[in-house]
Amino acid sequence: MSGVFGGTVKRKEDPRLITGQGTYTDDVKLQNLAHAAILRSPYAHALIKNIDVSKALEHPSVIAVFTGKDIEQRVGPIPTAWLPPDSDIKATAHPALALDRVRYVGDGVAMVVADDLYAAKDALELIAVEYEVLPAVVNQEAAMDDAAPLVHSDAPHNIAFHWQAGDATDEMFESAPVHVSHRFVQQRLIPNAMEPRSSVAQYNKSTGSLTMWVTTQNPHIHRLLLSGILGLPEHKIRILAIDVGGGFGSKIACYPDEALVGFAAMELGIPVKWTEERRENFLVTTHGRDMILDVDLAGEKDGTLTAIRVRNMANMGAYLSTAGPGVPTILFGLIVPGAYRFAHAKVDVYGVFTNTTPTDAYRGAGRPEATYLLERMVDLFAMELSMDPVEVRRKNLIGADEFPYHSALGLEYDSGNYQQALDKAIGMIGYETFRKEQEELRSQGRYVGIGCTTYVEICGLGPSQVAGAVGFQGGLWESSTVRVHPTGKVTVFTGASPHGQGEETTFAQIVGDRLGIPIDDVEIVHGDTDRIAMGWGTYGSRTTPVGGNALAIAVDRVIDKARKIAAHMLLTVEENVEFDKGIFYTNNEDGAVRQATFQEVVLQAYLAWNLPSGVEPGLEGHSFYDPVNFVYPFGTHFCMVEVDRETGEIKILRYVAVDDCGRVINPMIAEGQVHGGIAQGIGQALWEGAIYDDQGQLLTGTFMDYAMPKAHFFPEFETAFTETPAPQNLLGVKGIGETGTIASTPTVVNAVVDALRPFGVRDLDMPLTPEKVWRAMEKGGESA
Amino acid sequence: MAITNTSVEITINGMLHSLDVEPRLLLVHLLREKLGLCGTHVGCDTSQCGACTVLLDGQAVKSCTVLAVQTDKQTITTVEGLGTIDHLHPVQEGFWEKHGLQCGFCTPGVMMAAVGILEQNPHPTEEEIRHGLEGVICRCTGYQNIVRAVQYAANLTESSAVESEVAASNIHREAYEGR
Repeated sequence: MSGVFGGTVKRKEDPRLITGQGTYTDDVKLQNLAHAAILRSPYAHALIKNIDVSKALEHPSVIAVFTGKDIEQRVGPIPTAWLPPDSDIKATAHPALALDRVRYVGDGVAMVVADDLYAAKDALELIAVEYEVLPAVVNQEAAMDDAAPLVHSDAPHNIAFHWQAGDATDEMFESAPVHVSHRFVQQRLIPNAMEPRSSVAQYNKSTGSLTMWVTTQNPHIHRLLLSGILGLPEHKIRILAIDVGGGFGSKIACYPDEALVGFAAMELGIPVKWTEERRENFLVTTHGRDMILDVDLAGEKDGTLTAIRVRNMANMGAYLSTAGPGVPTILFGLIVPGAYRFAHAKVDVYGVFTNTTPTDAYRGAGRPEATYLLERMVDLFAMELSMDPVEVRRKNLIGADEFPYHSALGLEYDSGNYQQALDKAIGMIGYETFRKEQEELRSQGRYVGIGCTTYVEICGLGPSQVAGAVGFQGGLWESSTVRVHPTGKVTVFTGASPHGQGEETTFAQIVGDRLGIPIDDVEIVHGDTDRIAMGWGTYGSRTTPVGGNALAIAVDRVIDKARKIAAHMLLTVEENVEFDKGIFYTNNEDGAVRQATFQEVVLQAYLAWNLPSGVEPGLEGHSFYDPVNFVYPFGTHFCMVEVDRETGEIKILRYVAVDDCGRVINPMIAEGQVHGGIAQGIGQALWEGAIYDDQGQLLTGTFMDYAMPKAHFFPEFETAFTETPAPQNLLGVKGIGETGTIASTPTVVNAVVDALRPFGVRDLDMPLTPEKVWRAMEKGGESA
Repeated sequence: MAITNTSVEITINGMLHSLDVEPRLLLVHLLREKLGLCGTHVGCDTSQCGACTVLLDGQAVKSCTVLAVQTDKQTITTVEGLGTIDHLHPVQEGFWEKHGLQCGFCTPGVMMAAVGILEQNPHPTEEEIRHGLEGVICRCTGYQNIVRAVQYAANLTESSAVESEVAASNIHREAYEGR
């Protein structure tokens, strides 16, 4: 069973999940478990004049009720953990329960703990809160106005931070032979992981230790932050997140709710659980995107792109979430030049407070927003020049011989063959043929269009020095321990914390491949801070390029030690021992081949009857791997659509994706990641969007108002890979979790705008709902 | 606000349960909180996402929309009663073979919905499967491999009729040979 790297292998995690034996946080049952419910503000902005909890306390099932004032001295505020440098950031911390003022609908006001879930929710209605409603502001551009109400008194004009990168002067655009300007609105999205957030806490007073099950993508970061918030030392906190039902970025942040559950368990001496309702998920779990983007693009008449400039007004919501400020700055800004040879680029970002739910990472986090504006601008530029959009891309793509490539914003793109991916995608979709057919179909009154995106992604969030330089308040290395048991079975402990990405399988493939053992002999342990020394979690497509390489290095350290023992067993020196497919072997000068299996060598390591001098018993490998660079996946996506003239409905006729994430460990799992990513990106392009009214009420607060894509919304996606190994890591791997979301959104919008060309439409803001498309066809021109 | 409990008798995964339940208790909470059958998940509380889908007298229903008292004298199958790891239901096998799940949270409900689809239409087309999945939401897979999983199950069920005859004859022979 060796050599399984690159092979399709069924997932090891599936048997428990398909038989209902998975353990998600809300499945955790403990003796005397109490249930918490949180009273949330119905107003976006209000002063709290009084809270009366007396009636709630009279409820026979209620154990305790806490308000902000009750816990002020005991539960620290929820911190922001990403502080972009040189931005004068106003990181106003979020109190776990509001003190004198609420700042968005859903802001926590009080917590009830009861012995029954239904009773806890009944008791919420018995709490009387007296509010003085204040004017609210929900739009970031309006919030920067002189007359706008202030969300935080220490942030004039509601500006939380101002961050800049790169260099491009007005003159570069004004004097350029071709200059295109446009404003894009990246609508706010709701991540909607299918598992609502949940926390369970159990405190042992005699040992002073707190165990918490938390729906999180990064248990060790939660341990670190909760340690500060709750005033407990880290080694007294254990965070567990074994089965997590999706995250998409929304389970990175540390939330008030988790801190409250931990506090209640410590205070009351009984275990406490809180599980979000979907309504709460809409209101308080972090949202994504929400940017207003003013873009200038300069180029030559022959189609050469020369400079790009972006002004980003990013809606941060009422508080800066854990990683929130990093999204519109570092993760968005640095990739703005994309896959093209821009000589100059400049990014100017305003993070703005409003009376809305805080925003943070959502699948792709910053990179989809950057790719969207760039790929839309390239199409507008092509339209301006009457050039074929594919030709503009081909002309400007960084060449395969130009790597490592230094972008205009200072990144070093590791490797790529962008033309190869483009050519492959053109072949799959039949681009030239479609263009010919398009004319014919248009003449029949059928509005078909084709759109494409050539993208590069920055992921594998790593180098800790870079993390420090960009203001991330943590490292971005990853840890792995490979423990070989006396019989040759292996347990791996990884700091990455997957939640659907299939790492129990792909990581076992890495180990099986290197050690030449069946993947069933390998167990992957993740999501438990007591079993894993340290880790930084799963987000930004970092698990395989960072965590996977930590694992590969740890395995190689096991092999290095085992080789010493094998040499001793085979009566030779280490240099004469080869290891292949689970066998240590030697060719001696007498021509005789002597060999020992991995299992035989492992047993000797533990029996320790006859080890070489200086070699300790046992066999474990450890790695704290810090990558030297990010990794840069890339690719080309194409989409064909047809617009219904009568209804404005868009039908996706075909969708083709060619992605390059370096070496592919398990094609089935990689393909699955691409499918899911495309679906989320198309969701943004066509249907999804969070809408607030002027008072800050979320109008799209349930699955009945927020258009979640269903199975029949999509065609079958046609996916393929090219493989350009990452040159700077042992496995040659890049990331694949976000590529689909990054590429599909502009691809689909480009296709729809192409279909609407006969109506003179240049652009439409997402989502491209039938009504919006129909109105555009009626009026012609841009969205009103 | 005293609430009188009601006695019910429900057969769940082949076992008869006699229970006293609050009239407002939702079936999904009965399963999860009172009986510890946590394979059935709550994704939305509003009957939109389908993560809580179970079979009620053989029909796929959303257990967050059904009161426990309404199921008196009825039969319920949850994911725990669908198949075991040694004897997977064809739908479970399809989801494993075709990578029809990622985080796995919606999966029990989606599989129960798939059983319901195949019950009504044993040979669905791709389009029929996609429309049949109207009542469930999956945020991970983009649905493509879910569709493949249901197709796989449909094909397996078709061929398993023949196989089960063979299996039955083997059991008969083994019994005869005294194994």
